Amino acid sequence: MNNADKRLEVTIKDMVLRNPVMTASGTFGYGYDFEDFMSLESLGGIVVKATTGGNREGNAYPRMAETSSGMLNAVGLQNKGVDYFCNTLYNKIKDINTNMIVNVSGSSVEEYVEVAEKINELKNIPGIELNISCPNVKQGGMAFGTDPKMAAEVVKAVRKVYNKTLIVKLSPNVTSIVEIAKSAEGEGADSLSLINTLLGMAVDTEKRKPLLSTVTGGLSGPAIKPVALRCVWQVAKQTKLPLIGIGGIMNARDAIEFILVGATAIEVGTANFINPAISQEIVYGISQYLDRHNIKNIADIRGII
Amino acid sequence: MRYCKDFIVVENETITSTLFILKLQYPETLPEIKAGQFVEILVEGNKDVFLRRPISIHDVDIEKNQISLLIQIVGKGTDQLSNLKIGDTVNLIFPLGNGFTIVGNRVLLIGGGCGAAPLLYLARVLKQRQIKSDILIGCKDVNHLFSKKEYESLSNLHIATEDGSCGLKGLVTSHKILEEDFDAIYCCGPTPMMKAISKHAKEKNIPCYVSLEHKMACGFGVCLCCVVDTNLGNKRTCVTGPIFLSSELKDF
Repeated sequence: MNNADKRLEVTIKDMVLRNPVMTASGTFGYGYDFEDFMSLESLGGIVVKATTGGNREGNAYPRMAETSSGMLNAVGLQNKGVDYFCNTLYNKIKDINTNMIVNVSGSSVEEYVEVAEKINELKNIPGIELNISCPNVKQGGMAFGTDPKMAAEVVKAVRKVYNKTLIVKLSPNVTSIVEIAKSAEGEGADSLSLINTLLGMAVDTEKRKPLLSTVTGGLSGPAIKPVALRCVWQVAKQTKLPLIGIGGIMNARDAIEFILVGATAIEVGTANFINPAISQEIVYGISQYLDRHNIKNIADIRGII
Repeated sequence: MRYCKDFIVVENETITSTLFILKLQYPETLPEIKAGQFVEILVEGNKDVFLRRPISIHDVDIEKNQISLLIQIVGKGTDQLSNLKIGDTVNLIFPLGNGFTIVGNRVLLIGGGCGAAPLLYLARVLKQRQIKSDILIGCKDVNHLFSKKEYESLSNLHIATEDGSCGLKGLVTSHKILEEDFDAIYCCGPTPMMKAISKHAKEKNIPCYVSLEHKMACGFGVCLCCVVDTNLGNKRTCVTGPIFLSSELKDF
Protein backbone atom coordinates (compact mmCIF):
# COMPACT_ATOMS: atom_id res chain seq x y z
CA MET A 1 0.00 0.00 0.00
CA ASN A 2 1.20 3.41 -0.93
CA ASN A 3 0.98 4.93 2.54
CA ALA A 4 4.09 6.96 1.94
CA ASP A 5 2.73 9.05 -0.91
CA LYS A 6 3.20 12.47 0.66
CA ARG A 7 1.56 14.16 -2.32
CA LEU A 8 -1.80 12.95 -1.02
CA GLU A 9 -1.60 14.37 2.50
CA VAL A 10 -4.33 16.89 3.35
CA THR A 11 -5.29 18.84 6.46
CA ILE A 12 -8.72 19.53 7.87
CA LYS A 13 -8.33 21.97 10.74
CA ASP A 14 -6.20 20.04 13.26
CA MET A 15 -6.51 16.70 11.53
CA VAL A 16 -3.78 15.52 9.21
CA LEU A 17 -5.08 12.94 6.75
CA ARG A 18 -2.47 10.78 5.00
CA ASN A 19 -4.70 10.99 1.95
CA PRO A 20 -8.08 12.52 1.10
CA VAL A 21 -9.98 9.22 1.18
CA MET A 22 -12.38 8.70 4.07
CA THR A 23 -15.38 6.40 4.43
CA ALA A 24 -18.91 7.66 4.99
CA SER A 25 -20.93 7.09 8.13
CA GLY A 26 -23.39 4.22 7.96
CA THR A 27 -21.53 2.46 5.17
CA PHE A 28 -18.41 1.34 7.02
CA GLY A 29 -19.66 0.10 10.39
CA TYR A 30 -17.03 0.86 13.02
CA GLY A 31 -14.13 0.26 10.67
CA TYR A 32 -13.07 -3.14 11.97
CA ASP A 33 -15.90 -4.75 9.98
CA PHE A 34 -13.68 -4.18 6.92
CA GLU A 35 -10.42 -5.55 8.29
CA ASP A 36 -10.87 -8.84 6.41
CA PHE A 37 -10.90 -7.01 3.10
CA MET A 38 -8.40 -4.15 3.29
CA SER A 39 -5.92 -2.19 5.36
CA LEU A 40 -7.73 0.42 7.46
CA GLU A 41 -4.45 2.27 7.85
CA SER A 42 -4.45 2.98 4.14
CA LEU A 43 -7.28 5.49 4.64
CA GLY A 44 -7.22 9.17 5.50
CA GLY A 45 -10.08 8.70 7.91
CA ILE A 46 -13.09 6.63 8.87
CA VAL A 47 -16.43 8.12 9.90
CA VAL A 48 -18.21 5.57 12.08
CA LYS A 49 -21.94 4.94 12.32
CA ALA A 50 -24.15 7.73 13.70
CA THR A 51 -24.24 7.94 17.48
CA THR A 52 -27.20 9.39 19.37
CA GLY A 53 -27.88 10.09 23.05
CA GLY A 54 -29.73 6.85 23.78
CA ASN A 55 -30.32 3.46 22.20
CA ARG A 56 -32.26 3.56 18.92
CA GLU A 57 -33.77 0.50 17.28
CA GLY A 58 -34.17 2.29 13.95
CA ASN A 59 -37.04 1.86 11.52
CA ALA A 60 -39.04 -1.26 10.68
CA TYR A 61 -38.05 -3.64 7.88
CA PRO A 62 -37.96 -3.18 4.86
CA ARG A 63 -35.32 -0.48 5.09
CA MET A 64 -33.71 -0.76 1.69
CA ALA A 65 -34.68 -0.63 -1.98
CA GLU A 66 -32.36 -0.90 -4.95
CA THR A 67 -32.87 1.82 -7.56
CA SER A 68 -31.26 2.69 -10.88
CA SER A 69 -27.58 3.31 -10.11
CA GLY A 70 -28.22 3.55 -6.42
CA MET A 71 -30.24 2.55 -3.42
CA LEU A 72 -32.68 3.98 -0.92
CA ASN A 73 -32.23 3.36 2.78
CA ALA A 74 -34.38 4.07 5.78
CA VAL A 75 -32.26 2.65 8.58
CA GLY A 76 -33.15 5.47 10.97
CA LEU A 77 -29.95 5.93 13.00
CA GLN A 78 -29.99 2.49 14.63
CA ASN A 79 -27.26 2.52 17.31
CA LYS A 80 -26.80 1.73 20.98
CA GLY A 81 -26.25 5.28 22.16
CA VAL A 82 -23.27 7.39 23.17
CA ASP A 83 -22.56 5.68 26.50
CA TYR A 84 -22.28 2.28 24.81
CA PHE A 85 -20.03 3.90 22.23
CA CYS A 86 -17.73 5.43 24.87
CA ASN A 87 -17.63 2.36 27.11
CA THR A 88 -17.50 -0.46 24.58
CA LEU A 89 -17.06 0.49 20.93
CA TYR A 90 -14.39 3.09 21.59
CA ASN A 91 -12.07 0.44 23.02
CA LYS A 92 -12.45 -1.59 19.84
CA ILE A 93 -11.56 1.30 17.51
CA LYS A 94 -9.22 3.57 19.45
CA ASP A 95 -6.07 1.89 18.18
CA ILE A 96 -7.01 1.90 14.51
CA ASN A 97 -4.25 3.98 12.96
CA THR A 98 -6.25 6.56 11.05
CA ASN A 99 -8.53 9.50 11.90
CA MET A 100 -11.53 7.88 13.59
CA ILE A 101 -14.39 10.36 13.36
CA VAL A 102 -17.74 9.93 15.05
CA ASN A 103 -20.94 10.94 13.30
CA VAL A 104 -23.07 12.68 15.94
CA SER A 105 -26.84 12.84 15.65
CA GLY A 106 -29.86 13.70 17.74
CA SER A 107 -33.45 14.84 17.96
CA SER A 108 -32.80 18.03 19.91
CA VAL A 109 -30.02 20.56 20.42
CA GLU A 110 -29.55 19.12 23.92
CA GLU A 111 -29.05 15.61 22.55
CA TYR A 112 -26.42 16.76 20.01
CA VAL A 113 -24.63 18.64 22.79
CA GLU A 114 -24.72 15.66 25.16
CA VAL A 115 -23.22 13.33 22.56
CA ALA A 116 -20.57 15.84 21.41
CA GLU A 117 -19.55 16.58 25.00
CA LYS A 118 -19.01 12.89 25.76
CA ILE A 119 -17.13 12.23 22.51
CA ASN A 120 -14.93 15.27 23.26
CA GLU A 121 -13.46 13.32 26.19
CA LEU A 122 -12.24 10.47 23.97
CA LYS A 123 -8.55 10.98 23.32
CA ASN A 124 -8.30 9.07 20.05
CA ILE A 125 -11.28 10.66 18.35
CA PRO A 126 -9.85 13.75 16.61
CA GLY A 127 -13.14 15.00 15.21
CA ILE A 128 -16.88 14.65 14.91
CA GLU A 129 -19.19 14.92 11.96
CA LEU A 130 -22.37 16.65 13.05
CA ASN A 131 -25.22 14.93 11.24
CA ILE A 132 -27.86 17.60 10.67
CA SER A 133 -29.02 15.88 7.52
CA CYS A 134 -30.44 12.41 8.21
CA PRO A 135 -33.75 12.14 6.30
CA ASN A 136 -34.87 8.97 8.10
CA VAL A 137 -35.91 10.10 11.57
CA LYS A 138 -39.18 11.76 12.50
CA GLN A 139 -37.68 14.36 14.81
CA GLY A 140 -34.47 16.25 14.41
CA GLY A 141 -31.93 15.03 11.89
CA MET A 142 -32.65 16.77 8.63
CA ALA A 143 -34.87 19.40 10.32
CA PHE A 144 -31.67 20.98 11.62
CA GLY A 145 -30.01 20.88 8.24
CA THR A 146 -32.79 22.43 6.20
CA ASP A 147 -33.36 25.60 8.22
CA PRO A 148 -30.42 28.03 8.43
CA LYS A 149 -31.50 29.27 11.88
CA MET A 150 -31.78 25.78 13.33
CA ALA A 151 -28.48 24.81 11.73
CA ALA A 152 -26.83 27.84 13.29
CA GLU A 153 -28.35 27.06 16.68
CA VAL A 154 -27.14 23.46 16.83
CA VAL A 155 -23.65 24.22 15.46
CA LYS A 156 -23.25 27.07 17.94
CA ALA A 157 -24.30 24.91 20.89
CA VAL A 158 -22.04 22.02 19.91
CA ARG A 159 -19.11 24.35 19.20
CA LYS A 160 -19.29 25.56 22.81
CA VAL A 161 -18.67 22.08 24.20
CA TYR A 162 -16.54 20.56 21.46
CA ASN A 163 -12.99 21.77 20.97
CA LYS A 164 -11.59 19.37 18.38
CA THR A 165 -12.30 19.29 14.65
CA LEU A 166 -15.98 19.92 14.02
CA ILE A 167 -17.30 18.81 10.62
CA VAL A 168 -20.93 19.58 9.76
CA LYS A 169 -22.65 17.20 7.33
CA LEU A 170 -25.07 19.00 5.04
CA SER A 171 -28.32 17.90 3.44
CA PRO A 172 -28.98 18.38 -0.27
CA ASN A 173 -32.72 18.56 0.44
CA VAL A 174 -32.73 22.36 0.53
CA THR A 175 -33.33 25.25 -1.83
CA SER A 176 -29.92 26.79 -1.13
CA ILE A 177 -27.19 24.62 0.33
CA VAL A 178 -24.90 27.65 0.36
CA GLU A 179 -27.15 29.36 2.89
CA ILE A 180 -26.92 26.41 5.33
CA ALA A 181 -23.18 26.14 4.70
CA LYS A 182 -22.70 29.80 5.62
CA SER A 183 -24.79 29.36 8.78
CA ALA A 184 -22.55 26.51 9.90
CA GLU A 185 -19.39 28.42 8.97
CA GLY A 186 -20.64 31.47 10.86
CA GLU A 187 -21.06 29.47 14.07
CA GLY A 188 -17.60 27.96 14.06
CA ALA A 189 -17.73 24.76 12.01
CA ASP A 190 -14.21 23.71 10.97
CA SER A 191 -15.26 21.80 7.88
CA LEU A 192 -18.35 20.80 5.93
CA SER A 193 -19.10 17.37 4.51
CA LEU A 194 -21.63 17.13 1.73
CA ILE A 195 -23.93 15.66 0.70
CA ASN A 196 -26.04 13.36 2.84
CA THR A 197 -28.68 11.30 1.01
CA LEU A 198 -31.39 12.78 -1.18
CA LEU A 199 -34.94 12.20 0.00
CA GLY A 200 -36.63 9.75 -2.33
CA MET A 201 -39.08 6.87 -2.59
CA ALA A 202 -39.75 3.68 -4.53
CA VAL A 203 -42.98 1.83 -5.28
CA ASP A 204 -43.84 -1.87 -5.73
CA THR A 205 -46.39 -1.94 -8.55
CA GLU A 206 -47.42 -5.56 -7.91
CA LYS A 207 -48.24 -4.96 -4.25
CA ARG A 208 -49.18 -1.32 -4.96
CA LYS A 209 -47.24 -0.24 -1.91
CA PRO A 210 -44.08 1.70 -1.09
CA LEU A 211 -40.94 -0.45 -0.97
CA LEU A 212 -39.78 1.12 2.30
CA SER A 213 -41.59 0.79 5.62
CA THR A 214 -41.17 4.54 6.10
CA VAL A 215 -42.42 5.33 2.56
CA THR A 216 -39.54 7.76 1.96
CA GLY A 217 -35.83 7.16 2.42
CA GLY A 218 -32.40 8.45 1.53
CA LEU A 219 -31.05 7.94 -1.99
CA SER A 220 -27.34 7.20 -2.35
CA GLY A 221 -25.00 5.81 -4.98
CA PRO A 222 -23.82 7.05 -8.39
CA ALA A 223 -27.34 8.34 -9.14
CA ILE A 224 -26.69 11.30 -6.82
CA LYS A 225 -23.13 12.13 -7.86
CA PRO A 226 -24.04 15.00 -10.25
CA VAL A 227 -26.11 16.64 -7.49
CA ALA A 228 -23.30 16.17 -4.98
CA LEU A 229 -20.71 17.64 -7.33
CA ARG A 230 -22.90 20.67 -7.95
CA CYS A 231 -23.37 21.19 -4.19
CA VAL A 232 -19.65 20.96 -3.45
CA TRP A 233 -18.84 23.31 -6.33
CA GLN A 234 -21.41 25.89 -5.13
CA VAL A 235 -20.32 25.76 -1.50
CA ALA A 236 -16.62 25.85 -2.41
CA LYS A 237 -17.18 29.16 -4.17
CA GLN A 238 -18.98 30.71 -1.21
CA THR A 239 -17.17 29.51 1.93
CA LYS A 240 -13.57 29.27 3.08
CA LEU A 241 -13.92 25.98 4.95
CA PRO A 242 -12.25 22.75 3.84
CA LEU A 243 -14.92 20.56 2.25
CA ILE A 244 -15.39 16.81 2.26
CA GLY A 245 -17.20 15.63 -0.87
CA ILE A 246 -19.64 12.73 -0.60
CA GLY A 247 -22.09 11.22 -3.06
CA GLY A 248 -21.81 8.24 -5.37
CA ILE A 249 -18.03 7.93 -5.43
CA MET A 250 -17.32 4.52 -6.97
CA ASN A 251 -13.72 4.93 -8.15
CA ALA A 252 -10.68 7.22 -8.14
CA ARG A 253 -11.94 9.21 -11.11
CA ASP A 254 -15.12 10.11 -9.20
CA ALA A 255 -12.99 11.17 -6.21
CA ILE A 256 -10.81 13.40 -8.42
CA GLU A 257 -13.95 15.08 -9.79
CA PHE A 258 -14.88 16.17 -6.25
CA ILE A 259 -11.37 17.47 -5.62
CA LEU A 260 -11.43 19.43 -8.89
CA VAL A 261 -14.64 21.20 -7.82
CA GLY A 262 -13.19 22.13 -4.45
CA ALA A 263 -13.21 19.21 -2.00
CA THR A 264 -10.20 18.77 0.28
CA ALA A 265 -11.18 15.20 1.08
CA ILE A 266 -13.88 12.76 0.03
CA GLU A 267 -15.97 10.06 1.69
CA VAL A 268 -16.72 6.77 -0.02
CA GLY A 269 -20.18 5.49 0.93
CA THR A 270 -22.47 3.05 -0.81
CA ALA A 271 -19.58 1.69 -2.94
CA ASN A 272 -18.28 -0.03 0.22
CA PHE A 273 -21.26 -2.41 0.05
CA ILE A 274 -20.39 -3.54 -3.45
CA ASN A 275 -16.62 -3.68 -3.18
CA PRO A 276 -15.47 -3.72 0.45
CA ALA A 277 -11.90 -2.87 -0.61
CA ILE A 278 -12.88 0.05 -2.84
CA SER A 279 -11.72 2.85 -0.51
CA GLN A 280 -8.18 1.48 -0.46
CA GLU A 281 -8.27 1.02 -4.24
CA ILE A 282 -9.33 4.66 -4.61
CA VAL A 283 -6.27 5.82 -2.64
CA TYR A 284 -4.07 3.91 -5.04
CA GLY A 285 -6.01 5.23 -8.04
CA ILE A 286 -5.51 8.84 -6.95
CA SER A 287 -1.75 8.25 -6.68
CA GLN A 288 -1.76 6.83 -10.19
CA TYR A 289 -3.68 9.85 -11.45
CA LEU A 290 -1.08 12.20 -9.97
CA ASP A 291 1.67 10.12 -11.58
CA ARG A 292 -0.05 10.13 -14.94
CA HIS A 293 -0.51 13.90 -14.93
CA ASN A 294 2.77 14.69 -13.22
CA ILE A 295 1.03 16.53 -10.36
CA LYS A 296 3.26 17.31 -7.38
CA ASN A 297 0.56 17.68 -4.76
CA ILE A 298 -3.15 16.96 -4.62
CA ALA A 299 -3.69 20.59 -3.54
CA ASP A 300 -2.53 21.72 -6.98
CA ILE A 301 -5.77 20.51 -8.57
CA ARG A 302 -8.13 21.34 -5.71
CA GLY A 303 -10.96 23.65 -6.71
CA ILE A 304 -9.56 24.55 -10.11
CA ILE A 305 -13.02 24.31 -11.65
CA MET B 1 -12.41 -14.46 7.99
CA ARG B 2 -14.38 -13.33 4.97
CA TYR B 3 -13.01 -13.03 1.45
CA CYS B 4 -13.81 -11.00 -1.65
CA LYS B 5 -12.49 -13.10 -4.53
CA ASP B 6 -13.10 -14.27 -8.08
CA PHE B 7 -14.42 -17.74 -8.90
CA ILE B 8 -14.61 -19.41 -12.32
CA VAL B 9 -17.90 -20.86 -13.58
CA VAL B 10 -17.41 -24.58 -14.29
CA GLU B 11 -21.07 -25.50 -14.75
CA ASN B 12 -24.41 -23.74 -15.26
CA GLU B 13 -27.12 -26.38 -15.00
CA THR B 14 -30.68 -25.50 -15.92
CA ILE B 15 -33.24 -27.13 -13.61
CA THR B 16 -36.37 -25.32 -14.81
CA SER B 17 -36.95 -22.13 -16.77
CA THR B 18 -36.52 -20.16 -13.55
CA LEU B 19 -34.11 -22.33 -11.58
CA PHE B 20 -30.42 -23.07 -12.21
CA ILE B 21 -27.34 -24.30 -10.38
CA LEU B 22 -23.99 -22.56 -10.78
CA LYS B 23 -20.92 -24.60 -9.93
CA LEU B 24 -17.96 -22.33 -9.21
CA GLN B 25 -14.27 -23.12 -8.98
CA TYR B 26 -12.15 -21.35 -6.39
CA PRO B 27 -8.56 -20.95 -7.58
CA GLU B 28 -7.16 -21.40 -4.07
CA THR B 29 -7.96 -23.70 -1.15
CA LEU B 30 -11.46 -22.97 0.09
CA PRO B 31 -11.68 -21.73 3.68
CA GLU B 32 -13.99 -23.53 6.10
CA ILE B 33 -17.59 -23.01 5.05
CA LYS B 34 -20.50 -23.87 7.34
CA ALA B 35 -23.77 -25.25 6.06
CA GLY B 36 -26.32 -22.43 5.95
CA GLN B 37 -23.84 -19.72 5.10
CA PHE B 38 -24.24 -17.57 1.99
CA VAL B 39 -22.32 -15.51 -0.53
CA GLU B 40 -22.82 -12.02 -1.98
CA ILE B 41 -22.39 -12.34 -5.72
CA LEU B 42 -21.48 -9.39 -7.95
CA VAL B 43 -23.76 -9.08 -10.96
CA GLU B 44 -22.02 -7.59 -13.96
CA GLY B 45 -23.34 -6.60 -17.35
CA ASN B 46 -26.70 -5.07 -16.41
CA LYS B 47 -26.67 -1.37 -15.62
CA ASP B 48 -29.96 -1.62 -13.71
CA VAL B 49 -28.41 -4.00 -11.18
CA PHE B 50 -26.46 -2.02 -8.62
CA LEU B 51 -26.07 -4.19 -5.54
CA ARG B 52 -24.71 -7.70 -5.08
CA ARG B 53 -27.18 -10.56 -4.64
CA PRO B 54 -27.15 -12.71 -1.48
CA ILE B 55 -27.32 -16.41 -2.43
CA SER B 56 -27.26 -19.49 -0.17
CA ILE B 57 -24.48 -22.01 -0.58
CA HIS B 58 -26.12 -25.14 -1.98
CA ASP B 59 -23.15 -27.45 -1.81
CA VAL B 60 -19.40 -27.46 -1.21
CA ASP B 61 -16.85 -29.82 -2.70
CA ILE B 62 -13.84 -29.47 -0.43
CA GLU B 63 -11.71 -31.84 -2.54
CA LYS B 64 -12.21 -29.86 -5.73
CA ASN B 65 -12.50 -26.40 -4.06
CA GLN B 66 -15.87 -25.86 -5.69
CA ILE B 67 -19.10 -24.42 -4.42
CA SER B 68 -22.59 -24.67 -5.90
CA LEU B 69 -25.27 -22.01 -5.81
CA LEU B 70 -28.90 -22.81 -6.49
CA ILE B 71 -30.50 -19.69 -7.92
CA GLN B 72 -34.09 -18.82 -8.71
CA ILE B 73 -34.65 -16.14 -11.33
CA VAL B 74 -36.74 -13.52 -9.54
CA GLY B 75 -35.54 -10.30 -11.16
CA LYS B 76 -32.93 -8.60 -13.30
CA GLY B 77 -29.98 -9.61 -11.13
CA THR B 78 -30.67 -13.33 -10.99
CA ASP B 79 -31.71 -13.28 -14.65
CA GLN B 80 -28.33 -11.79 -15.56
CA LEU B 81 -26.57 -14.47 -13.51
CA SER B 82 -28.44 -17.21 -15.40
CA ASN B 83 -26.54 -16.14 -18.53
CA LEU B 84 -23.14 -16.99 -17.05
CA LYS B 85 -21.12 -19.37 -19.21
CA ILE B 86 -18.43 -21.92 -18.39
CA GLY B 87 -15.14 -20.05 -17.99
CA ASP B 88 -16.75 -16.76 -16.91
CA THR B 89 -15.44 -15.10 -13.77
CA VAL B 90 -17.72 -14.09 -10.89
CA ASN B 91 -16.74 -12.16 -7.79
CA LEU B 92 -18.05 -13.36 -4.42
CA ILE B 93 -17.87 -12.10 -0.86
CA PHE B 94 -17.92 -15.25 1.25
CA PRO B 95 -18.55 -17.09 3.49
CA LEU B 96 -21.22 -14.92 5.14
CA GLY B 97 -23.67 -15.45 7.99
CA ASN B 98 -23.70 -17.77 10.97
CA GLY B 99 -24.60 -21.15 9.44
CA PHE B 100 -26.59 -23.94 11.08
CA THR B 101 -25.88 -25.03 14.64
CA ILE B 102 -25.41 -28.78 14.49
CA VAL B 103 -27.15 -30.60 17.37
CA GLY B 104 -28.57 -34.02 18.29
CA ASN B 105 -28.36 -37.57 16.99
CA ARG B 106 -31.35 -37.63 14.70
CA VAL B 107 -32.60 -34.54 12.88
CA LEU B 108 -35.16 -33.58 10.25
CA LEU B 109 -34.43 -31.25 7.34
CA ILE B 110 -37.39 -29.61 5.60
CA GLY B 111 -37.07 -27.58 2.43
CA GLY B 112 -39.63 -25.87 0.28
CA GLY B 113 -39.00 -24.96 -3.36
CA CYS B 114 -35.70 -23.25 -4.10
CA GLY B 115 -35.57 -22.33 -0.40
CA ALA B 116 -34.26 -25.84 0.15
CA ALA B 117 -30.92 -24.70 -1.32
CA PRO B 118 -28.76 -24.79 1.85
CA LEU B 119 -30.03 -28.23 2.95
CA LEU B 120 -27.90 -30.27 0.58
CA TYR B 121 -24.64 -29.11 2.12
CA LEU B 122 -26.21 -29.45 5.58
CA ALA B 123 -27.10 -33.09 4.81
CA ARG B 124 -23.50 -33.63 3.69
CA VAL B 125 -22.08 -32.17 6.91
CA LEU B 126 -24.51 -34.22 9.03
CA LYS B 127 -23.47 -37.42 7.29
CA GLN B 128 -19.80 -36.60 7.86
CA ARG B 129 -20.57 -36.19 11.54
CA GLN B 130 -22.56 -39.42 11.55
CA ILE B 131 -25.78 -37.71 12.56
CA LYS B 132 -28.84 -39.54 11.24
CA SER B 133 -31.04 -37.31 9.13
CA ASP B 134 -34.31 -37.38 7.24
CA ILE B 135 -34.93 -34.78 4.59
CA LEU B 136 -38.37 -33.72 3.43
CA ILE B 137 -38.52 -31.70 0.23
CA GLY B 138 -41.67 -29.96 -0.88
CA CYS B 139 -42.01 -28.58 -4.39
CA LYS B 140 -44.52 -27.78 -7.09
CA ASP B 141 -43.99 -30.91 -9.20
CA VAL B 142 -41.35 -33.48 -10.13
CA ASN B 143 -39.76 -31.05 -12.61
CA HIS B 144 -38.93 -28.66 -9.76
CA LEU B 145 -37.12 -31.33 -7.79
CA PHE B 146 -33.35 -30.86 -7.83
CA SER B 147 -30.30 -32.67 -6.48
CA LYS B 148 -32.45 -35.79 -5.78
CA LYS B 149 -29.59 -38.31 -6.17
CA GLU B 150 -27.34 -36.32 -3.86
CA TYR B 151 -30.04 -36.09 -1.19
CA GLU B 152 -30.64 -39.84 -1.44
CA SER B 153 -26.96 -40.60 -0.94
CA LEU B 154 -26.76 -38.44 2.18
CA SER B 155 -30.09 -38.78 3.94
CA ASN B 156 -33.49 -40.51 3.95
CA LEU B 157 -35.35 -38.53 1.31
CA HIS B 158 -39.09 -37.84 1.53
CA ILE B 159 -40.91 -35.83 -1.09
CA ALA B 160 -44.16 -33.90 -1.25
CA THR B 161 -45.37 -32.32 -4.50
CA GLU B 162 -48.36 -30.09 -5.00
CA ASP B 163 -49.60 -32.15 -7.97
CA GLY B 164 -48.58 -35.56 -6.64
CA SER B 165 -46.15 -36.16 -9.51
CA CYS B 166 -43.60 -37.39 -6.98
CA GLY B 167 -44.03 -38.56 -3.37
CA LEU B 168 -46.94 -37.35 -1.27
CA LYS B 169 -49.53 -35.17 -2.98
CA GLY B 170 -49.78 -32.09 -0.79
CA LEU B 171 -47.76 -29.80 1.39
CA VAL B 172 -44.81 -30.78 3.57
CA THR B 173 -46.88 -29.92 6.64
CA SER B 174 -49.13 -32.93 6.00
CA HIS B 175 -46.27 -35.43 5.63
CA LYS B 176 -46.27 -38.22 8.22
CA ILE B 177 -42.51 -37.96 8.85
CA LEU B 178 -43.39 -34.94 10.99
CA GLU B 179 -45.02 -37.29 13.51
CA GLU B 180 -41.70 -38.93 14.32
CA ASP B 181 -39.34 -37.74 17.04
CA PHE B 182 -36.29 -35.65 16.20
CA ASP B 183 -33.69 -33.75 18.21
CA ALA B 184 -33.91 -30.74 15.89
CA ILE B 185 -35.62 -29.50 12.75
CA TYR B 186 -33.81 -27.42 10.11
CA CYS B 187 -36.22 -25.61 7.84
CA CYS B 188 -35.74 -23.40 4.78
CA GLY B 189 -38.38 -22.25 2.38
CA PRO B 190 -41.26 -19.84 1.97
CA THR B 191 -42.07 -17.93 5.18
CA PRO B 192 -45.60 -19.40 5.63
CA MET B 193 -44.09 -22.89 5.45
CA MET B 194 -41.36 -22.04 7.95
CA LYS B 195 -43.96 -20.55 10.29
CA ALA B 196 -46.15 -23.66 10.05
CA ILE B 197 -43.18 -25.97 10.70
CA SER B 198 -41.99 -23.84 13.58
CA LYS B 199 -45.46 -24.02 15.15
CA HIS B 200 -45.39 -27.81 14.79
CA ALA B 201 -41.89 -27.94 16.32
CA LYS B 202 -43.01 -25.79 19.24
CA GLU B 203 -45.91 -28.16 19.94
CA LYS B 204 -43.56 -31.14 19.90
CA ASN B 205 -40.96 -29.21 21.88
CA ILE B 206 -38.28 -29.65 19.21
CA PRO B 207 -35.78 -26.83 18.52
CA CYS B 208 -36.43 -25.50 15.03
CA TYR B 209 -33.80 -23.62 13.03
CA VAL B 210 -35.06 -21.50 10.16
CA SER B 211 -33.12 -19.72 7.41
CA LEU B 212 -34.34 -16.18 6.72
CA GLU B 213 -34.14 -14.35 3.45
CA HIS B 214 -34.08 -10.58 3.85
CA LYS B 215 -33.20 -7.75 1.51
CA MET B 216 -29.68 -6.60 2.25
CA ALA B 217 -27.29 -4.09 0.72
CA CYS B 218 -23.94 -5.39 1.97
CA GLY B 219 -24.30 -8.88 3.48
CA PHE B 220 -21.48 -8.41 6.00
CA GLY B 221 -23.06 -6.41 8.77
CA VAL B 222 -22.59 -2.73 8.03
CA CYS B 223 -25.63 -1.41 6.15
CA LEU B 224 -28.17 -2.37 8.85
CA CYS B 225 -30.86 -2.90 6.20
CA CYS B 226 -31.67 -6.60 6.79
CA VAL B 227 -32.84 -6.38 10.38
CA VAL B 228 -35.26 -8.89 11.87
CA ASP B 229 -37.28 -8.40 15.03
CA THR B 230 -36.06 -10.84 17.68
CA ASN B 231 -36.65 -11.29 21.41
CA LEU B 232 -33.43 -9.31 21.90
CA GLY B 233 -34.41 -6.44 19.58
CA ASN B 234 -33.43 -5.81 15.96
CA LYS B 235 -30.74 -8.21 14.74
CA ARG B 236 -28.97 -8.24 11.39
CA THR B 237 -30.01 -11.24 9.27
CA CYS B 238 -26.62 -11.22 7.55
CA VAL B 239 -24.41 -11.66 10.62
CA THR B 240 -26.60 -12.83 13.54
CA GLY B 241 -28.46 -14.98 10.97
CA PRO B 242 -29.51 -16.01 8.43
CA ILE B 243 -30.15 -19.06 10.64
CA PHE B 244 -32.25 -18.34 13.71
CA LEU B 245 -33.94 -20.54 16.27
CA SER B 246 -37.60 -19.92 15.46
CA SER B 247 -38.32 -19.33 19.16
CA GLU B 248 -36.02 -16.26 19.04
CA LEU B 249 -38.05 -14.57 16.32
CA LYS B 250 -40.91 -12.21 17.21
CA ASP B 251 -42.89 -13.03 14.08
CA PHE B 252 -42.72 -16.80 14.43
